Amino acid sequence: MPTRTSLLDERALTRTLARMATEIVERAHGTEGLVLVGIQRRGVELADRLKRLIDQAEGSQVAFGKLDITLYRDDLQTVGPRPVVGETRLPNLDGKNVVIVDDVLYTGRTIRAALDECADFGRPRRILLCVLIDRGGRELPIQADIVGITASTSPGDRVDVLVTELDGRDAVELVRGT
Amino acid sequence: MTRPILVLGGRVVDPSRGTDEVTDLLLAGGKVEALGRDLGRPDEAVLVEAAGKVVAPGLIDLHVHLREPGQEDVETVASGAMAAAAGGFSAVCAMPNTDPVTDNQAAIGFIVSQAQRAGKARVYPIGAISLGQNGQQLAEFGELVGAGAVAVSDDGRPVVSSHLMRTALEYARTFGIPVADHCEDPTLAAGGAMHEGLVSTRLGLKGIPAAAEEIMVARDILLAEHTGGHVHLCHISTRGSVELIRRAKEKGLRVTAEACPHHFTLTHEACEGYNTNAKMNPPLREPEDREAIRQGLRDGTIDCICTDHAPHHYDAKEREFDDAPNGIIGLETALGLAITELVQPGLLSLNDLVNRMSVMPARIFNLTGGTLAPGAAGDVVVIDPEAAWVVRPEEFYSKSRNTPFAGRELRGRAEVTIVRGQVVFEHARRGSVAPAG
Amino acid sequence: MTASLGKDLVGLEPLSAEQIQLILDTAEPFKEVSERPIKKVPALRGKTIVNLFFEASTRTRISFEFAEKRLSADTVNVAAAGSSVSKGETLVDTARNLEAMRIDMVVIRHGASGAAQFLGQRIRSNVINAGDGKHEHPTQGLLDMLTLRDRFKRLRGLKVAICGDILHSRVARSNIWGLTKLGAEVGVCGPASLLPRNVHQLGVTILPRIEDAIQWADALNILRLQLERMQSGFLPSLREYNRVFGVTSERLSKAPKDLLILHPGPMNRGVEIDSDVADGPHSVILPQVTNGVAIRMAVLYLLAGGSPDWAGQGGGVDG
Repeated sequence: MPTRTSLLDERALTRTLARMATEIVERAHGTEGLVLVGIQRRGVELADRLKRLIDQAEGSQVAFGKLDITLYRDDLQTVGPRPVVGETRLPNLDGKNVVIVDDVLYTGRTIRAALDECADFGRPRRILLCVLIDRGGRELPIQADIVGITASTSPGDRVDVLVTELDGRDAVELVRGT
Repeated sequence: MTRPILVLGGRVVDPSRGTDEVTDLLLAGGKVEALGRDLGRPDEAVLVEAAGKVVAPGLIDLHVHLREPGQEDVETVASGAMAAAAGGFSAVCAMPNTDPVTDNQAAIGFIVSQAQRAGKARVYPIGAISLGQNGQQLAEFGELVGAGAVAVSDDGRPVVSSHLMRTALEYARTFGIPVADHCEDPTLAAGGAMHEGLVSTRLGLKGIPAAAEEIMVARDILLAEHTGGHVHLCHISTRGSVELIRRAKEKGLRVTAEACPHHFTLTHEACEGYNTNAKMNPPLREPEDREAIRQGLRDGTIDCICTDHAPHHYDAKEREFDDAPNGIIGLETALGLAITELVQPGLLSLNDLVNRMSVMPARIFNLTGGTLAPGAAGDVVVIDPEAAWVVRPEEFYSKSRNTPFAGRELRGRAEVTIVRGQVVFEHARRGSVAPAG
Repeated sequence: MTASLGKDLVGLEPLSAEQIQLILDTAEPFKEVSERPIKKVPALRGKTIVNLFFEASTRTRISFEFAEKRLSADTVNVAAAGSSVSKGETLVDTARNLEAMRIDMVVIRHGASGAAQFLGQRIRSNVINAGDGKHEHPTQGLLDMLTLRDRFKRLRGLKVAICGDILHSRVARSNIWGLTKLGAEVGVCGPASLLPRNVHQLGVTILPRIEDAIQWADALNILRLQLERMQSGFLPSLREYNRVFGVTSERLSKAPKDLLILHPGPMNRGVEIDSDVADGPHSVILPQVTNGVAIRMAVLYLLAGGSPDWAGQGGGVDG
């Protein structure tokens, strides 16, 4: 039987996001030239929340984009059924401080695809990676710059990031032994 | 000297004499010697056990394409005659659209001699109406008949010129032969690949309207009336044609007609998936047309069943529907289809069937056979009307395999075929006889 | 919910409403790829596609080629001279040769109805029909539907009149199947000599005159009139066709509402459509062309795999 344990409840998630928002501004030396890019799908919701927190604190209008990495997946030639392609909408990235936002960092393959895709949209000044959960298990030399929490997991585990916009509640849960 | 044959205990069905009884049949000297229960047993007689079977005059097909000369790779007179025998036919009539066209006495003589060499079913040549079948100048009917032609036809093509059709009907009267016409208005049918209807619309294929056939059927009937000649209407496929012929017969005109098993079995839906083995001319029509053909065969509006046996090479059918040739083979499936589709559902009695497949064809073309009267030709078929079998084209004696009926389960087949008082086919010994060719 | 297109796309008739919806929905994100500074995604990297065109077609071939290249596929164009058997190599030989070269997909345009299906049944590669005879032109039907959906935000209940030579049109057939399956109402309008005999059995309304179509429809899809139709006796003259069936601004001014104008191209200006209509405010003829690339990308993408993986909408498994 799979067991489900809470990593972050609603309040903890709110606190974590607030800290991450602050950290983004610090690492990017302000909001000038800052672009938040969320990876479809939950990365988009998280980036949207971070943008609102930053705009509130800084009185800014941080640029925002969404990225679907499906067409850049490295397993597209081998995966049988075709994954559904989501929307990509990015502002100009040339010379910008781009922060890629995703929910869970695991193998690093999604981020590899996201970096390739961003390169097709221009040449950012720098790119930072911001994730809510780093669950370890990397298969590529990729690390996050801003991390909500780290969790040690095994390959059979699943990390569920739930957001009110899509799932009706805010929570991060670890599902073990599936 | 050939040994006599004694066919024992079969149900002898001979509509030419109104015979339908269980009795024995003795053939001797290539002819029917006698029918009856007490025929004795000549010592040297070959015995054919026919208990539970039907014994009938050999089947006769007025319409086959044997491809020799010209396309011996797809069929020869010999392979066609063997396929005919295996299908229960003791005689077939070969259409003249060979290469070269059978439009002269030498060409007719060639078919006759090839058929004699084969020694299976009889093969009667049909001469061309026009030289080269080009629809211009009449062929020499007198010479053709003298060499063995039993009818004339430009089959494969219609006789476009009404004038030529008229003169052919008039001239043919001199020799007492019918003029067989492939009824098709070429301007309406031009470029058509199948019946014009819902299926052709869906498949995006140019259709051949039913009217293309009916216009020519109507014209030929009018010319038969005008000339007093005998017109034989080939492979009738539409309800309208059946209606026209019915009215012509009511008027007592010299009009006869034939229909093919595929037209009383299939509809244009067989072309789905661009199945080139369902491409033929006239095309497979609608369910109402198929029903009209069945009723026409039942009430005698359509006199006989023919196959329009049209062999084609595998490669010729393995291509785009538009480019594939018309026609299917039919000699080895006709009897099974007729029994399965017409006799089993009660549309025709076995008597009717023998009438449509033997007695009437013999009368229409004035051929030997079609009767078991003492002294008549020893052409006989023993039919097992109940035998269930599956169509396996790879087992055909025909050289070609182009049939839409592959895999179909049929009831009824020829068990023994006897021509000129000699057994030319025995189902029980299938496989021990190498396919001809 | 899952839907797969199967191996080939030979037409819209064999597809379910769900499958057609899937292609249209998949085309949406692909529209954006063509707007990027670098119009290329690596989705079909390493795939080899042959564009096998037995009939000349600049527009469809270029559209497919852009779609393939924007998905990073390697493409080869083969312009075969003719379809007829007299031209030498048969289609089945062509198919076997392609197979031997280990290609992944074939886009075929051919003058014979059924050619795409024929090819698809004989090779393992995916086959996409880019127009076969008078049968179907599925990607054209799909791009017309996408263009209609863009403007009306729906297809269900929409009234679309297809005008012109329905008899010889593969575009008409694909539109009829696709639109009716997604709940649109389809009318056909043209001279009776150019309407297929049983067309009403396909579930369409017959509109005898162009004025009827204009009164009835929300959108007109105006087909190209082939000049050969005069020679083969289907029509008296282009002039008369324009006078009786041409879509003119004068006729459109009598419409109860603004009609969206589609045309698969290439247009005969002044025959089936007048220039002021083709270039007018309600014409979506150029958006059709743009959507053509997106639709073809969607079809190529979907056929290169099996059925879509809807699981991506579940939870954050990945990283």
